[in-house]
Amino acid sequence: MNEAASKDKRRKLVDATMRRYGHSQYALIETLHSVQEVYGFLDDENLKYVSDALRVPLSKIYGVATFYHFFTLKPQGDHTAVLCTGTACYIKGVPAILSAIRNNFSVEAGETREDGKLSLLTARCIGSCGLSPAIVLDGEIAGQITPEIVVDRIGRMIQNDA
Amino acid sequence: MTPEEFKKIGETHQKKREAFKYNINVCTAAACVSLQSEKVKDELASQVKEQGKKESCRISGTGCLGLCASGPLVTINNGQALYGGVKPGDAADIVKSIDKKPVKRLEIPADMPFFARQTKIALEHCGNTDPEVLGDYLALEGYEALYNCLTTMQPVEVIDTMVKSGLRGRGGGGYPVGLKWSTVHKAVGTKKFVICNADEGDPGAFMDRSMLESDPHSIVEGMAIAGYAVGATHGYVYIRGEYPLAIKRLKAAIKQAERQGFLGKNICGTPFSFDVEIRLGAGAFVCGEETALIASIEGKRGTPRPRPPYPAQYGLWGFPTLINNVETFANISPIVRKGADYYASIGTERSKGTKVFALAGSINNTGLIEVPMGITLREIVFEIGGGIIGGKKFKAVQTGGPSGGCIPDEYLDMKVDYESLAQVGSIMGSGGMIVMDETSCMVDVAKYFMDFCRSESCGKCAPCRVGTAQMYNLLNLISEGKATMHDMELLEELCDVVRNTSLCGLGQTAANPVLSTIRFFRDEYLAHIKDKKCPAGVCVIEHKEEAVL
Repeated sequence: MNEAASKDKRRKLVDATMRRYGHSQYALIETLHSVQEVYGFLDDENLKYVSDALRVPLSKIYGVATFYHFFTLKPQGDHTAVLCTGTACYIKGVPAILSAIRNNFSVEAGETREDGKLSLLTARCIGSCGLSPAIVLDGEIAGQITPEIVVDRIGRMIQNDA
Repeated sequence: MTPEEFKKIGETHQKKREAFKYNINVCTAAACVSLQSEKVKDELASQVKEQGKKESCRISGTGCLGLCASGPLVTINNGQALYGGVKPGDAADIVKSIDKKPVKRLEIPADMPFFARQTKIALEHCGNTDPEVLGDYLALEGYEALYNCLTTMQPVEVIDTMVKSGLRGRGGGGYPVGLKWSTVHKAVGTKKFVICNADEGDPGAFMDRSMLESDPHSIVEGMAIAGYAVGATHGYVYIRGEYPLAIKRLKAAIKQAERQGFLGKNICGTPFSFDVEIRLGAGAFVCGEETALIASIEGKRGTPRPRPPYPAQYGLWGFPTLINNVETFANISPIVRKGADYYASIGTERSKGTKVFALAGSINNTGLIEVPMGITLREIVFEIGGGIIGGKKFKAVQTGGPSGGCIPDEYLDMKVDYESLAQVGSIMGSGGMIVMDETSCMVDVAKYFMDFCRSESCGKCAPCRVGTAQMYNLLNLISEGKATMHDMELLEELCDVVRNTSLCGLGQTAANPVLSTIRFFRDEYLAHIKDKKCPAGVCVIEHKEEAVL
């Protein structure tokens, strides 16, 4: 009951976005943003729903959803780490940081760990070059990181739930 | 609203500010926020209360102060004292010392070259206003330029001002703004649009983000003036979804402007109507290209189309559309207010005015700077930037992101403008400037950018889709020490093909990082190919022969 009610509520937010743009096909990207914001990712059911509501073929929606890096078709883990791979971060040692995270937490870039605890993503540039190298841990930017600092912080982030 | 009315709002605001002896501003742009400047701000406020200085001290947030390397930054009375690296625990000392000597351990000298050498026009309000308060903007002649345009100038006169100012598009291409505006003005259409390109996709660039976070009203005002000049009634800001704080502040600014009648129907009581809407980008570098950006606003995959027709004639939904970058719009209101002649007096013969750069990489003073065109790279890197971290040796400065090139030390005394950067195989770009030291391998850097272009290529045209992937493979072979001189020749040939046959700017410029590194750092390529060595020690090269011995 509770789950159904909350699902309804989330659906309403998506509906509101579509209504704001008069259910126009042009609103597709805005609507997908809205779905991802409230559901965390773009699931099949919602994509079909959007397809019906905006009268855009599902194939076209899939094309748009996979074209843009911001959209994800897979659910995210409990925690996310977004490592910036912008130029400034790259020349200041991102490759070493990336392999440290991969080795310590057995998760590949762009994937979610099997136990669903951690998603490791890479970003083209988060625009925090003044703080390079930088990582976004659960929405919070951490700057001037080293492999040791990152491993420590992600470790604590995951452990907090246990 | 009449100008008297909004001047009054500004003045009341100013008076409110001046009623306090000490205005303590805390930088609340993204870089400082990520270093907990919000906590610093809260702590300062509670310290002011605790120490009973509520009558004399006022705490407010402010836009980017520029020196991101030393964040979070706190300034008192706009520069009377400047503190860097402030932690919440330092708040007590700062408030205690407010009417005495500044806190030594946190102080940053305000006359350091980083601040003294800059000329601020597009960033004029960054760091001295609260980006979330309209009154602050009005107190600094905000929206006066718009009002003057609407009431005293014809659209052609506004365009004429832009032509005279010599302003060129700041998104990277450097197309003359006045010319673009006049093309859209002359284009025939029942509707016209103005688009602000805030899809800052270059890795290593954060100018647009900082400007939107620090002074959103100046962008809104610039767009409205552009709308009046070209005859548009509707504007879009296409902004990266990855910039939540900038989106939030821009949204707030649009709402405030609508409420006070600076946007919407009959702006300032004139017949001119203009509104601005936000469209979120979704992380595709190619959407910085104008036709791809338009496709994205229309809700489609962001793929470019051949030009002509140019968006100025056939743009959003087929209507004439003006597209300018964030920094370009930030320059509009200062130009109208201070005059085209003032703007044209700064800079070089063909590149007028100032340029905002995002300094990053192996440099001491990373951050946001605005300098007059024609300044030398040496001044930027060694005076403003404070030199290389750890006293290492300078190797190259990279401008223009994945479309630009690496400039070596022999060109450090070159003047920075559109033409001279193009001459050395780079581009002005949107303003990202990454400094590299001796520990960076140029082959690796070229490979990094090609990896970027390869994955960001939209796939519509074959030269870019296939060419960037092949160039990446060749660069990979070189960096692994498995390439021959024949591969090197092939790489250079491919660069030529991709540059000349790609559909849009992404492919046409994708070869720049490779060509410029081959041109200036050929010896590094040869070391990888012939000696199977990476001089900087970045690339991992397996030595099979040695293992056998």
